[in-house]
Amino acid sequence: MPAISEYLRSGVLPHIWCPGCGHGIILAAILRAIARVDPPKDEVVVVSGIGCASRAPGYLDFNTLHTTHGRALAFATGIKLAKPNMRVIVITGDGDAAAIGGNHLIHAARRNIGITTICFNNSIYGMTGGQYSPLTPVGATATTAPYGHLEPSFDLCELARASGASFVARGTAYHTNALTDLVYQALENKGFSFVEAISQCPVSYGRRNKLGDAAAMLTWQKEHAVNVRAAAKLSPEELQGKVVTGVLHNSPRQEYTDAYAELAARLSQSKGGRPA
Amino acid sequence: MSAARLIQGNEACAEGALAAGCRFFGGYPITPSTEIAEMMAARLPRVGGKFIQMEDEIASMAAIIGASLAGLKVMTATSGPGFSLKLENVGFAAMCEVPCVIANVQRAGPSTGGPTAVGQGDIMQARWGTHGDHPTVAFMPYSVRDSFDLTVTGFNCAEELRVPVVILLDEVIGHMRERVELPDPAMLSIIDRRRPDPSVTAPSDYLPYDHSAEPVPAMADFGSGYRYHVTGLHHNERGMPTGKAPEIDRLVRRLAAKMELAREKYLLYEEHETEDAEILVIAGGSPVRPAKRAVRMAREAGIRAGLFVPRTIWPFPGDRVRELARTARRIIVPELNLGQMVLEVERYAYSSGAPVKIESLGRVDGELFTPGQIYTAIQEALL
Amino acid sequence: MRAQGNDGHRQDGGDLPVQFRYEWCKKCGICIAFCPRKVLAKGQKDYPELTDAERCARCKLCELMCPDFAVTVAERQRPQAAAEGETK
Repeated sequence: MPAISEYLRSGVLPHIWCPGCGHGIILAAILRAIARVDPPKDEVVVVSGIGCASRAPGYLDFNTLHTTHGRALAFATGIKLAKPNMRVIVITGDGDAAAIGGNHLIHAARRNIGITTICFNNSIYGMTGGQYSPLTPVGATATTAPYGHLEPSFDLCELARASGASFVARGTAYHTNALTDLVYQALENKGFSFVEAISQCPVSYGRRNKLGDAAAMLTWQKEHAVNVRAAAKLSPEELQGKVVTGVLHNSPRQEYTDAYAELAARLSQSKGGRPA
Repeated sequence: MSAARLIQGNEACAEGALAAGCRFFGGYPITPSTEIAEMMAARLPRVGGKFIQMEDEIASMAAIIGASLAGLKVMTATSGPGFSLKLENVGFAAMCEVPCVIANVQRAGPSTGGPTAVGQGDIMQARWGTHGDHPTVAFMPYSVRDSFDLTVTGFNCAEELRVPVVILLDEVIGHMRERVELPDPAMLSIIDRRRPDPSVTAPSDYLPYDHSAEPVPAMADFGSGYRYHVTGLHHNERGMPTGKAPEIDRLVRRLAAKMELAREKYLLYEEHETEDAEILVIAGGSPVRPAKRAVRMAREAGIRAGLFVPRTIWPFPGDRVRELARTARRIIVPELNLGQMVLEVERYAYSSGAPVKIESLGRVDGELFTPGQIYTAIQEALL
Repeated sequence: MRAQGNDGHRQDGGDLPVQFRYEWCKKCGICIAFCPRKVLAKGQKDYPELTDAERCARCKLCELMCPDFAVTVAERQRPQAAAEGETK
C-alpha cells in the first residue's frame, strides 16, 4: 500500500490552510483511502470548485482540475462521461456544494454518475473571511450575519440521498480513521457517492463564535458525533445538536456511464437508421 | 460530395461538428438552437460519441470543458440567455486554454426577448461577454452551407489555438432550409490539438502552459500519463497558482495574443464587387442575403455598390475594412441590433483618414431586413 | 531518550518513533493536545517535540491528526531486525 506522501506534489507544500484547519486532516484521511484502493495515479482525476477545500487538488499528484465556484460536479460529469474508466473524485466545501453548487449536486446524485464527492463542511465561507453558508447553524455569527444568523441549515446528506446518491456517509476530521473507511467505501461504490466530512475553521468561524482553538473544535466533533446505529436509539430531543455519522445510505444501482454504454452497445447492434 | 439535402442551418452546424470530429456534446434546450442538441443526441451515440443534456447551460459548458480535458472534441449550443449563463465558464476555457466550440443561435433580445425571432445582439457579447482580458474567436455563417463550413473551421481553430470558439448563427440562418451538398468528411482538412510526444517529453518535464511553445502549448489528455494541474487562477507554466507579477503578466498577455494568431490563421471574409465600390455594405449572418440582393439592384441601377462579408467576426477583419474605406464614399452596416459590428467598422475605417461616412442601419423588431430596406439606404447614401 | 533540538528543519533522529517535518508544520498544537501518552510538547520556537521516546506508544494519532502532513510515526522495529541494523 503506497504511503500517502506518494500522492503529494511536495514541491508546492506547505499548503495554504490556516494552522489548525481541519482540511489537511481530511485530505490525509482521503489519501489513506485512496492508498487502500491503490489505483494507478494516471487514472485518478480530482476536481474542485472554489474555496478553501477546493484548493486541495493542487497539492495532489493526480490529474487535477480547479474550476469555477460550485461547478466541480458538472466539470467532473464531462470527464467521467468522456472517460468512464477514470476514477473521478470531487472535493468541495459546504458553500461550494450547497449554495451555488446545489443544483449540480442534486443532478449528479440523480444520475448516479460514478463520482466520489467529499464535502469538507466547516459551516462557513472560510476563504473569503467568514461569511455564512447554507451549513452555518442558526444563531451563529458571521461577517454577513453580524447580529446572528437567521437561516436554518441543510442536512446535506439528506439532500444527497433524496436526490438519488447511491452511497451517502458522514464523518469528521476528529474521527479520521472512520473517515478513511467511509471514503474507501465511497470509492468502491460504482455510482454517485457523497461523503460529508465535518471540518473546523478556527480562524474565520471558531474565533468569531468563541469555539476555542483547533483542538477544542476537534473535541467538539468528538463530543457531538453520534454513530448512526446509536442515533437510531435516541429520541429527537437527544439528537438535537448532534452530528450523525457513519454510512447513512448504501443502495447500489446502475451507474450512469454504464447505462450510456449499454445504450451505445444496443445501437451498434441494431440495424441503424435514424430514430423518429 | 454527398447527395444534395434540404437541411436547416442548425443541422448543417451539427453535421459540421461531426465531420470535424466532435465526439462530445453537452447541451440544454433553448430556442432557436435546440435542433442542434437533438441532432447530436441522435447521432453521437452511434459514432462512439457522448451526448448529455445537463441541468442548465452553466453545467453544459462545464461538462464540455471537462470532456475536452479528457481528450475529446467538444461542443455546446445555445442562444442569448443561455450564452449569458455560460460566460463564466467560457472565460475558464480561455484561461485554461481548453478547446471548445459554442454555437450561439442568436435570437432577438434583450433578456427573454423573442425566442423565435431573429437578432444579432450578441456580437459584442461574443467577444467581451466574459470578464477580464481573454481571447475568444467567433465566426458568423451567412448560409446553411456556411454553417457547416464555419463549424468545421471553428473546431480547427479551437484545437489549433486552444481557445473557446463561438459560432454566431442567428434564428434565420439556424432555422431556414436550403439545398446543400455537404462535402465528404474524409476530404476535409481537420486539425487536432497538438499533444506532447512521450518519446520527447517526459511527464516530469511537461509544461502544460509553456510560454515559449509555438503556436500554443501542447495539450495532454487527462489520463494519458501526463498529470498536471488546471486552474482558473493565474498560474505558472506548470499550471500551479501564482501571485508573482511577472508570471501573471506573461500569462495574460500570451493568452490575449491568441487573437493575433487567429488574425493570421483564421481571418475569413468574402467580397462582392468591392473593387470599385463607392457605397460599401458590410454585413454578416442573415442580413447578407438581403444585402446581396440590394447590392445587385444597385448595380443594375448604375450605382457602384459592393458587399463585404466578415465570416470571422472576432478578430474583426479590420485591416481589409480600412483599405476599402479609402475608396468607398459611404459604408452602410445593416445589423439586427442597434449598432455593434459597426463600432469595429468605424474604428478601422476612420483610422484610414479617408473622409468616409459610416451609417449604422439597425433593426431590432425581431425581423430580417428586406432587400428594399438596404437598397433604399444605398440610394439615400448618394444624396 | 531526549529529543534532538530543532531549528525549523526536519527532526530525524534516526530511530525516533515520531519524526517532524518542521518546514510544513504550522504549530497548530493538535498533535500535542491529542497525544494519549502526553509525550509531545512545545519546544524550540513553539514547534512540537517528542519529549519521551520510550513512553511513546506509536499509536500514530499525531500522524493521523496532523493537518500539515508534517508528522510521521515509524513502525516499531522487530528486536531481531534491530539487532541486524535493519530499518523499515
